Amino acid sequence: MNQPARKSTAVAIAVLSGLVLSPSAFAAPPVVKVDGSSTVFPITEAVAEEFQKARKGAINVTVGISGTGGGFKKFCRGETDIANASRPILKKEMDDCAKTGIRYYELPVAYDALTVMVNPQNTFVKSMTVAELKKIWEPGAQGRINNWKDVNPAWPDQKLKLYGAGADSGTFDYFTEAIVGKAKSSRGDYTASEDDNVLVQGIAGDKGALGYFGFAYYIENQKKLKAVAIDGGKGPVAPTPENVDNGSYQPLSRPIFIYVSEKSLDKPEIRDFVDFYMKNARPLVKEVKYIPLPAKAYSGNLDHIARKKLGTVFAGQNETGLTIEELMKREAQL
Amino acid sequence: MIPKSFTAATSEAGVAEIRRMIARHKTWDWLFGLLGTLALLFATLVFAALFGQMLINGVPHLSWEFFTSFPSRRAASAGILSAWVGTVLVMLVTAIVAVPLGIGAGIYLEEYARKNLLTDIIEINVTNLAGVPSIIYGLLALGLFVYQFGLGQSIAAAGLTLALLILPVVIVATREAIRAIPQNVREGAYACGASKWQVVSHHIIPYSLPGIMTGVIIGLARAIGETAPIITIGALTFIAFLPPSPFSSPDHLLSFEWLLAPFTVMPIQMFNWLSRPEEAFQANAAAAGLVLVVMTLSMNAIAIWIRYHFRKKIKW
Repeated sequence: MNQPARKSTAVAIAVLSGLVLSPSAFAAPPVVKVDGSSTVFPITEAVAEEFQKARKGAINVTVGISGTGGGFKKFCRGETDIANASRPILKKEMDDCAKTGIRYYELPVAYDALTVMVNPQNTFVKSMTVAELKKIWEPGAQGRINNWKDVNPAWPDQKLKLYGAGADSGTFDYFTEAIVGKAKSSRGDYTASEDDNVLVQGIAGDKGALGYFGFAYYIENQKKLKAVAIDGGKGPVAPTPENVDNGSYQPLSRPIFIYVSEKSLDKPEIRDFVDFYMKNARPLVKEVKYIPLPAKAYSGNLDHIARKKLGTVFAGQNETGLTIEELMKREAQL
Repeated sequence: MIPKSFTAATSEAGVAEIRRMIARHKTWDWLFGLLGTLALLFATLVFAALFGQMLINGVPHLSWEFFTSFPSRRAASAGILSAWVGTVLVMLVTAIVAVPLGIGAGIYLEEYARKNLLTDIIEINVTNLAGVPSIIYGLLALGLFVYQFGLGQSIAAAGLTLALLILPVVIVATREAIRAIPQNVREGAYACGASKWQVVSHHIIPYSLPGIMTGVIIGLARAIGETAPIITIGALTFIAFLPPSPFSSPDHLLSFEWLLAPFTVMPIQMFNWLSRPEEAFQANAAAAGLVLVVMTLSMNAIAIWIRYHFRKKIKW
């Protein structure tokens, strides 16, 4: 009876010594490591899936979800090659990267349209102005604006129930910045979730509901939800791929990015992957229900790499309402 | 109270009084039985409803391809290959590390350790460790295994983390199993001139093995569903390749490179599918959940079988 016990001890010792001696000489396929935002994940995942198919297993890609902030932490420690980001890199993260000597390219890969949604039974709201949204979401509204008629006297006496992104997400940062005027400044008495399906269920089951989240979740749930057109000062504009593409859906359309480490780009497999990403992004972005950038933006990204245009064009600030053309023209800094 | 009613019982009225008392107590008996049954029904019905819903949603999606395909952005062609391989490999590392360490520690504490303050402190800590939330183990492992030991976000790091997590369970199960061995078995062996090691290896380990194995498997069944510590140490969400095979080394030695390979596990794959916008992925999540539940239930079934099968052989 004690034989098996001895055997398993021997195996354990073998495994532990294997752990210590493990860096072995023969070559496994090189791995491209990507981590970061859950918003950008579906795009990078689609590219990774196609890339691995195209390279027939000669290069492997891993994609993790640890949020834009978590992704930058790993990226600036040099643990990953590429960071998925649903907002530009912030000052503090730039400093972290500078400390470890990680230099990077900032490559916009798609647009996301933050979509404001109401219950389909809500017949009185077709569009909302940014001022009305601000009235609902600013911190001062907490406990005060609880009824649709408080927002606009023309709207009926109907209880207002709010659903929105959790405070750790890039979506929350962007929405508050664009609507309230200051990132992370929001009322707190609403149903917050990092899981957008929870928000979809909430709005679909509540007649007086209003909420916001990424465009892809709206497209997949169009029968359960009604999107509100946003009036940013030039009349109401509906969240459609066309309106995002022509720049009229403002201020709630935002570019999303990947950040690529300069050092990693020296490796042929990373360069190959980024190349593949930019050349195949347009159809794949559309397939996963995001809005592709104009074709020249993707070739422009590759051009920036070729001309070594390192760094970010946002100077550590989260800006809203930028068009891709403005973005591509700006000077980058590290 | 009792003598008084005993004396009263001699009279007619006293007998009636006692009958009433018995009837009242019987009512309580009956009420409590009902309450217990209701509690049990509630628990089983909730489980049955959840499991039933998972069956309805998940079964149509179970197919050979589901087990042999990598994750994909298309729900119909997405599978759990990297997830179940990851889960199995992580469990393997967990078992290989936790079983000898846990059994060794259990035997030491029961058979060798002197009863003193240090042993008491160790015992209290082992018991306390069993109650520490799993995410704490994840944080410890992130600092220790991932960064300090330089294992990175690998199968080895995850396996070691879960091994720590179930170590207290294995230790406690080992000690309980050893304590169940009658003292006269030890005394008989010593009387025949056996050394301590002979007593332990010829008697204590074999007799306590069924109990220990049950504890080990229950520990593994807990570890297989753990998500928090695995996410903390950085398991990946999309991974469409398998770790290198242990037989891939050109010099015909077993290769341990898979230990350092990136990985994902079943609960993470499920969680990712649940949070997708496309509704079709919900069915995938249900199917993956079904596979995970079947894995857990079959581990528990093995534990029950081992206990039953080996106990039959032991006679004292």
